[in-house]
Amino acid sequence: MTTSTGMTDKHGAHEAQHGPLSYRLLLGIWLGLMALTATTITATRIDLGFLNVVAAMGIASAKAGLVIFFFMHLKYENRLIKGMALTAFVILAIAIGLTFVDVGYRY
Amino acid sequence: MDQTDQTDQTDQTGHPDQTPSTAASGASQPFFGPQNPGATGGKGSGLASWIFSTDHKRIGLLYLGLIGLMFTVALVLGLILRLKLMTPGSTLLTPQQYNAMFTLHGVIMVFMVVIPSIPASFGNIFLPLQIGANDVSFPRLNNFSWWLYVLGMTLAITSIFTGAGAPDTGWTFYVPFSERTTTNVSLAVIAVFILGFSSILTGLNFITTVHRLRTPGMTWKKLPLFVWSLYATGWIQVLATPILGITALLIFAERVLHLGLFDPGLGGDPLLYQHLFWIYSHPAVYIMILPAMGVISEIIPVFARKPIFGYNMIAFSSLAIAFAGSLVWAHHMFTSGMSDTAVLVFSFLTFVVAIPSAIKVFNWLSTLYKGSISLDPPLLFSLGFIFMFSIGGLTGLVLGAAGTDIHVHDTYFVVAHFHYVIFGGTGLGMFAAMHYWFPKVFGRMYDHGRAAWAFWLILLGMNVLYFPMFIMGLQGMPRRYYDYLPQYAPLQMLSTWGSWLLAVGLGLMFWNLYRGCRFGPRATQNPWGGATLEWTLPTPLPHEAFHHDPEAPEPYDYKGINPDG
Ligand code: HEM
Ligand SMILES: [Cu+2]
Repeated sequence: MTTSTGMTDKHGAHEAQHGPLSYRLLLGIWLGLMALTATTITATRIDLGFLNVVAAMGIASAKAGLVIFFFMHLKYENRLIKGMALTAFVILAIAIGLTFVDVGYRY
Repeated sequence: MDQTDQTDQTDQTGHPDQTPSTAASGASQPFFGPQNPGATGGKGSGLASWIFSTDHKRIGLLYLGLIGLMFTVALVLGLILRLKLMTPGSTLLTPQQYNAMFTLHGVIMVFMVVIPSIPASFGNIFLPLQIGANDVSFPRLNNFSWWLYVLGMTLAITSIFTGAGAPDTGWTFYVPFSERTTTNVSLAVIAVFILGFSSILTGLNFITTVHRLRTPGMTWKKLPLFVWSLYATGWIQVLATPILGITALLIFAERVLHLGLFDPGLGGDPLLYQHLFWIYSHPAVYIMILPAMGVISEIIPVFARKPIFGYNMIAFSSLAIAFAGSLVWAHHMFTSGMSDTAVLVFSFLTFVVAIPSAIKVFNWLSTLYKGSISLDPPLLFSLGFIFMFSIGGLTGLVLGAAGTDIHVHDTYFVVAHFHYVIFGGTGLGMFAAMHYWFPKVFGRMYDHGRAAWAFWLILLGMNVLYFPMFIMGLQGMPRRYYDYLPQYAPLQMLSTWGSWLLAVGLGLMFWNLYRGCRFGPRATQNPWGGATLEWTLPTPLPHEAFHHDPEAPEPYDYKGINPDG
């Protein structure tokens, strides 16, 4: 238990160094997310063929990126944490990619 | 990585006023096992002090108890299945009961026994101690993950007795059957979902603990290999298990809302389900085996009195297995109708992942070479592990080669393969761990002669039980069949006899451990002469292990360390 309390304290100190994010920044990101949502909806109304999927996925990824980096503070974490978060996405990309080795080559 | 982590070390020194001589505390009350006469204090022994405990040692034992219970339940189910299959024809069970029973056997064994087995029990107890920490990073989360396990377990058992009958899909929950069967699949997949969360939290806790709580001087190259293996396992748990969770939820959604994700009738793709399921469940087999490999890497050098051969390669191969193991899942789908390109790619990748597994086996054997070997029970079980895992692993390659797999897929050959690796591998690894750490945890020693007898009975029983399945599989006996052609009758009979031998061996082993726990002689501090940190602590373990950050030892240097038992 001593150890965990120690951890929390340290973490608290660590957060304080950066201070909370300013309302202006948070509001800007929120507006950005809203704009991207609007773009997603608009994009579905135009027929881009296969690119419709690419567009939807691309915009969704951009939104997720904003949430993770700012709302979830990843931008202000050290390289270890960033690396860990990145690993998860790399593995996800590989999993999806390898699935397409099947789906993309079926007759 | 090293520098950042070392500077992140937190101060673990709870009581600076204690004697500085050893890292261990002599005065405080043991957390379990025989108590020092006249000693007072401690955390009490009431039920609540256990089930709400945030002490990693108690949580480890809570897990161990429930895992043992679930193991016994699923074992009995397995014995009944074998009894049914002893003779052809319709005996003992109805086909529906048979289907439900092998499903439950699989679900309980996989999700409630083998996945949590070593990490949740011995990992919880010894991972912090081996790196010189007094607990895991998130003790309360640790307790919470045990409660999730209890909840998942309860729901899974409820699913047997409620609704329109026990699930009958097999542990793989393959669509479209799992969407259409009227049995209680919905509740079972929710249980799997919850059990998955328990596993994720354990993995997360271990990763964080290894990064943040190592005692100063414990560099990555000084980590005991058991810790390395749990670290690699933790990553698989955190990265792969969410996919199982979402897949289980999707099955639930399909059944309730008929979304049409997997149902071809509604425009879905049943192979998508198989992909999702195996993206988790193949990595899951490494969640099962890696911790056992870690245990073996601890035990072999101690009983050969020789530093482990190829420390770097063993540590690295754990990570390599964790990574490469997540790229091979579709080898379970060679006959499913996926594209030939995928068959080729996944067959190749499967052969790649065999390399790091083989590296470990060769390193263990090289460690034994010219060692000063004492054949104590933990080593016996470890040698059994190497033997059984080698057979299981090599037959895995038969299955990984697409050409041969077409012949033996979904036959007894596969059943034999995975019982060799899981029961012969993880199972024996768990038993090895039990015999190795028993004196440290319970403070007493079991009877060595009886343990050896139990080991030989178990080894013989396993082989008589599962080896005939290789032969039957090659001859074409499909798995999960209620009945069979007369040509298989002799080997089916032999296999059932094997199951009885195995049951006797397991009974003897558990009885011996129970006797040891109750009446065995008091164990000494370091009965095997291990060099890792847990052996510097008193027996049985005190509530608070380290009052000062201990010095990081060379984990496999036995100079000057002798067994004191
Ligand atoms: C050298 C490593 C291994 C290789 C190359 C390998 C390969 C394979 C392949 C290709 C299959 C699919 C067979 C089929 O359905 O036709 C399979 C099935 C299986 N393997 Fe392995 N395996 C290996 C190690 C392991 C380990 C270590 C475990 C568990 C601890 C394991 C557990 C299983 C299970 C449970 C199945 C059956 C799943 C099911 O259909 O119910 N394997 N293995
Ligand atoms: Cu596999």
